[in-house]
Amino acid sequence: MTASQNPLRDGWTLIVKRECATCVMIVPVIARLARELPSLTVYTQDDPKFPEGVDAVNDLDLAASWHADIETVPTLIFRQNGVETARTAGWVRKEWRELTDIADLGSELPEFRPGCGSMSVDPDVVDKLRVRFGGEVLHARRIDIAAAEDEFEALFARGFTDGLPVVPPTPERVMRMLAGTTRAPQEVVAVAPPDLVELTVEKIAINAVMAGCLPEYLPWVIAAIEAVCTDEFNMHGVLATTMPVGPVIVCNGPGTRAIGMNSGVNVLGQGNRANLTIGRALQLTIRNVGGGRPGEVDRAAHGNPGKLSFCFAEDEVGSPFSSLSVSRGFDASQNTVTVFTGEGPRCVVDQLAREPEHLAQTLASCLRTVHHPKLPFAFDAMLILGPEHARVFAQANWGRERVLQEINDRLQMPGNEIVRGAGGMAEGVQEAFKDATLPKFRPGGLLLVHAGGPAGLFSAIVGGWVNGAPGSDPVTRLVTA
Amino acid sequence: MTSRVVLDPTSEKKLTSRELLARPSTIVGQTIGLLDISKARGDVFLNQLESRLTNAGAKVLRFRKPTFAKPAPVDLRHEIATKCTLVIEALAD
Repeated sequence: MTASQNPLRDGWTLIVKRECATCVMIVPVIARLARELPSLTVYTQDDPKFPEGVDAVNDLDLAASWHADIETVPTLIFRQNGVETARTAGWVRKEWRELTDIADLGSELPEFRPGCGSMSVDPDVVDKLRVRFGGEVLHARRIDIAAAEDEFEALFARGFTDGLPVVPPTPERVMRMLAGTTRAPQEVVAVAPPDLVELTVEKIAINAVMAGCLPEYLPWVIAAIEAVCTDEFNMHGVLATTMPVGPVIVCNGPGTRAIGMNSGVNVLGQGNRANLTIGRALQLTIRNVGGGRPGEVDRAAHGNPGKLSFCFAEDEVGSPFSSLSVSRGFDASQNTVTVFTGEGPRCVVDQLAREPEHLAQTLASCLRTVHHPKLPFAFDAMLILGPEHARVFAQANWGRERVLQEINDRLQMPGNEIVRGAGGMAEGVQEAFKDATLPKFRPGGLLLVHAGGPAGLFSAIVGGWVNGAPGSDPVTRLVTA
Repeated sequence: MTSRVVLDPTSEKKLTSRELLARPSTIVGQTIGLLDISKARGDVFLNQLESRLTNAGAKVLRFRKPTFAKPAPVDLRHEIATKCTLVIEALAD
């Protein structure tokens, strides 16, 4: 039976179970309905003998309850020409009377009694039902794991993990994950590098299960994957580079709070399921479906721990600035992911600056060292401003644009300081630039995000990778259900 | 005891394996393609290689990727495949 095969017929249908006190209470009503409504079919979920005196249809496999989307028993339904036209759940005497047009129905009963949970939504069985009645949407190959085999070790042995254990992607778990999106399981979301594989929602859901995601995270994972699998972001190059970078995901919008993302204390660290598993699901998908594995196409000399997962939410509620996504053309009410090619974060300490100019100078000095203090223009960076640093700017009424402008103004580098050989360092720009002034960052190459715990006069810098058309540009995508 | 089932998280793609051509006994008269992936000073290395291959009797064609950070465009790969009899493939860095 498939999801489209609703077994309910035209006319009246009532779904009950003996375990439900309300169902037991309305037994006299059911008997009367059976006499007065000839089309009535009664389904019983737990005891074929219930209700006594009525020839109830056995729904022990819960097929009818599942397909009719029953959440509560008793539920009374009327269907006409194959379409449901009326439904009431629990016992609400007025509603039952109006629906059935029997004016004195249930006179001996109280006016109202809530129903009980349908067995088809029992958390212990709902995943199995989802697979039994909707599992044909799953196309992925099924891998049998022997009873004597440790399932976690089996997944390590098959090369499916990033070095940490993964949640075994059983059909039940994958079906539950797919409930997190309205998109069809076989919809192709993107073409995944490096093997240029068409990436379906189902394959993403499998990897999201393995990463430890909850279903409500899936739209964020899908959006992040859409964002990295673009020519602008260039996930192939991000994998293949010998530099230590990977996708950094910044999440914006009210949905970040709804799914419980961390934008505060220890924002870039451990401890928050959404932050860690959304980033991990992206990386597992690229590894397993795209084929991007360390030592193969991934040629990083060092890599960084963020290549397991590097995902966090911007602190918008506590921010004195407009958010990153708003600065990139989106509305504050929209949920977005912005992907940036970044290395691991480093800390900026300035506990003394109380004037915005002093703090801007500190931040500029630290940002200048991204990848090399003598290299201009080629690499972007993300500045994650902590709340206590942001407050110094806010008290001076510096907004996002002013902060970035003041920092960039302090990052104009005289050519004679950065030519090859200057300062005793071979690295640098060609001699031809010795009389030029070169900016550390290209226009728009410094991204500002507000995040972190409320105490600590610190910020964080995430260095980028080769920017622009030859390398990678940040990409922002809407998160859609 | 029953077995448990998990779903395959990979692309499930089967790799196509192709037979390699026989190794030529000499490079004399062969057209050899050298692909510059646009990394700094890669041209210095390839100039040396071209000179040595040419001296050894091969004809050398030079190609260049727009950026080292992205795969070679399909048209460039096709051009190399149709114009060359030998290709030297190597990783940079």
